[in-house]
Amino acid sequence: MAASAIPHKRVHPVRSFLVGDEPMTTGLWGIIFFIFSEIMFFAGLIAAMLALHSDTLFWEPTNGAHRVEGDHLLPILFTVLLVSTSIPMQFAAFAIRKGNRKAMLINMTIVLVVGTAFIINQYFEWSHAGFGISDGPYAATFYTLTGFHGAHVIGGLVFIFAQWLRGLLGHFDAKRNTAIEAATLYWHFVGFVWLLVIFPLVFFLS
Amino acid sequence: MATLAGAQTSTYAGANAWRVILEWLTTVDHKKIGIMYLWTAGAFGLVGMAFSLVMRTELAQTGTIISAETYNSIFTMHGSVMIFLFLLPVGAAFMNYSMPLQIGALDMAFPRINALSFWIFLFGGVLITLSFAAEGGTASAGWTAYPPVTLDTGNNAEPPGAGMDMWLIGVILLGQASIFGSVNFLVTIFKMRAPGMTMWRLPLFTWTTLVTGLLILLSTPVLAAALVLGFIDRNGAGGAFFDPAAGGQPLLWQNLFWFYSHPAVYIMILPAMGIVSDVFGVFTRRPVFGYRSMVLALVGIGLLGFIVWAHHMFTTGGVFLPFFMGATFLIAVPTGVKMFNWITTMWRGSNIFPTAMLFSVGFLMLFLIGGITGVFHAAVPVDFALHDTYFVVGHFHYTMSIAATFGFLAGCYYWFPKMFGKFMNEGLGKLHFWLLFIGVNLVFFTQLLLGLDGMPRRINDYADNPGWELMNMLITIGAFVSAAGMMVFLYNVFYSLKWGEKAGSDPWEGTTLEWATTSPPPPHNFDSLPEIRSERPLFDLRFGEKLQDDPHYHVNNGHNGSNGGGAKQPDASAREEG
Repeated sequence: MAASAIPHKRVHPVRSFLVGDEPMTTGLWGIIFFIFSEIMFFAGLIAAMLALHSDTLFWEPTNGAHRVEGDHLLPILFTVLLVSTSIPMQFAAFAIRKGNRKAMLINMTIVLVVGTAFIINQYFEWSHAGFGISDGPYAATFYTLTGFHGAHVIGGLVFIFAQWLRGLLGHFDAKRNTAIEAATLYWHFVGFVWLLVIFPLVFFLS
Repeated sequence: MATLAGAQTSTYAGANAWRVILEWLTTVDHKKIGIMYLWTAGAFGLVGMAFSLVMRTELAQTGTIISAETYNSIFTMHGSVMIFLFLLPVGAAFMNYSMPLQIGALDMAFPRINALSFWIFLFGGVLITLSFAAEGGTASAGWTAYPPVTLDTGNNAEPPGAGMDMWLIGVILLGQASIFGSVNFLVTIFKMRAPGMTMWRLPLFTWTTLVTGLLILLSTPVLAAALVLGFIDRNGAGGAFFDPAAGGQPLLWQNLFWFYSHPAVYIMILPAMGIVSDVFGVFTRRPVFGYRSMVLALVGIGLLGFIVWAHHMFTTGGVFLPFFMGATFLIAVPTGVKMFNWITTMWRGSNIFPTAMLFSVGFLMLFLIGGITGVFHAAVPVDFALHDTYFVVGHFHYTMSIAATFGFLAGCYYWFPKMFGKFMNEGLGKLHFWLLFIGVNLVFFTQLLLGLDGMPRRINDYADNPGWELMNMLITIGAFVSAAGMMVFLYNVFYSLKWGEKAGSDPWEGTTLEWATTSPPPPHNFDSLPEIRSERPLFDLRFGEKLQDDPHYHVNNGHNGSNGGGAKQPDASAREEG
């Protein structure tokens, strides 16, 4: 993070933190707009969940399945894990802004490993849920929301993995790192949405 | 399509037909993609029009020619095709073609994603239309697809089949194409402007593209959410989302659906408004009155568009009436500002009336009727009386369908010389205009009256005692007159492509940058750009020298004379502002 690359212009610290001091590329603008559309997609799904929950008569799974209290432990653990991978991802972006490709790759490896573990745990959650998708609004919302979120995690992981491979091949430096910045922003979004998805899902079923 | 249009813009001299087709299939040029959108959407528009003629033939007299199921299928496909496959992509066509030219850009920000958008759109459109071959026929729940009609609840006599799923998936794909497109438009406008092209110098059509892009970006994903919930509801969830018997809420669909579909009305009409604004700016030989108020009105319409969706649901009893009534009334204010500005642009202008201008004036008339009937509907008591009658059908066709179509036809006549280097035939154009104008007013004004008389929409037959036969016959006649007008247009397109009079690079004495390049433009759009010191750079180029000593002429922005004086200092400093 050498001296500001935008002459005669102070870079806001928040902007500097999120996307660096370099002028923003079209690609970065594109991913930011795309993330806004993704936020609206999940806003639609979460609004649907809240609306369905307001009608509590039918909310619980119709087959009588209930999660026992201890079951909350694993989801909370993996929530913490997923959300905290935003930190190594951001460190990867910091590293490449200084041209440190090796530190970037190490941080991205952490993200890839933990992200994959999260997906594996989601598979475990699905296979032990105790209800099917057709067992009422809660069940349908549960599979829809975790499913779409999981698809976005997988998408993010594939994107990060592709950039990881490019990094191995020697791509990216302090100036040319749009894809890393984009992957970082997208990964923050994936973690943030998970908080909005998981807490209602866990705590509305009590 | 490829050979007719491609022969003129092919980058390969003496290319053979296969080469030209391959070039069009693999193109990432925004101009070619725009033209492909235009042809595809035009073809879908003809299909949609054919559906409307089937409906009008059925309704011309009492008694039935086609079954109620077929009628349901036809009106559903008419709405879906016209909205998702005609009006929205025609807007995208002009935004693709003209917006980068108007801001002096080489291409869109993401040319390959632009091509991807087009092919996703085409695939989704084909999927929806192919549902005629599906078992159980097409979707037949109306374009609004209200559950539980879309579901197999066990109560409906003929539960919708695979056609409904094809419709849902098709519309998801179209939405995805729209979202990619909107990201592209927004980044292009924010990042790809030529030096000197500040935001307050954007042509009004580019401003409408910007606001439309934001509307698409923020509303379409909500429709996508509704559609995936609908799809899951039909295939697995067993109605848990939308079927009240299974714990779902039909109103949930309506809220999600209209959260998109009300802004969608503006997504359709705003590009048409932009075209009309540009056309007025050229053919009145005046700058558009109140440029900044036009932009602010646009933004106002866009913002208000997000908080009025529930006015489609007044009669459901599930919405807070006063808020949505008030917000809907408010929309009349920015819309009124735009009407006022268009009329005052014409006022004491040196108006000339080529076909593009005729269609723009026609747009004003149709949009006025549509807008005022919209204010009627915003009043809850009126809406309770008129809900689901032909008054609603007349109203929304006047605004988003016919007014938008008139705007887009104005765009066709206006930009055809730029796209293909040839004028459209003016005589045929005027015949087209009058046939269509008389036809659509016969159709939709009569529908307003018929609605006041109480005829409900979405029925395939009616009794003979209310006395609706005469008006229905008039509507059917009007529909066929309109169709004849569109046939004239179709003939005009092919006639002009082949025999049209050659047009130079600036046939209309335009004011915006697209007229600064050749017709059709080269693949890289511009060999050189004129200085951009106002929102009318070509006007400055043409008259700046002559007028720079005229104290009444302020070139820079030209608004209230506040930023005037640009013409007096024709140096490079103005360029660096952007």
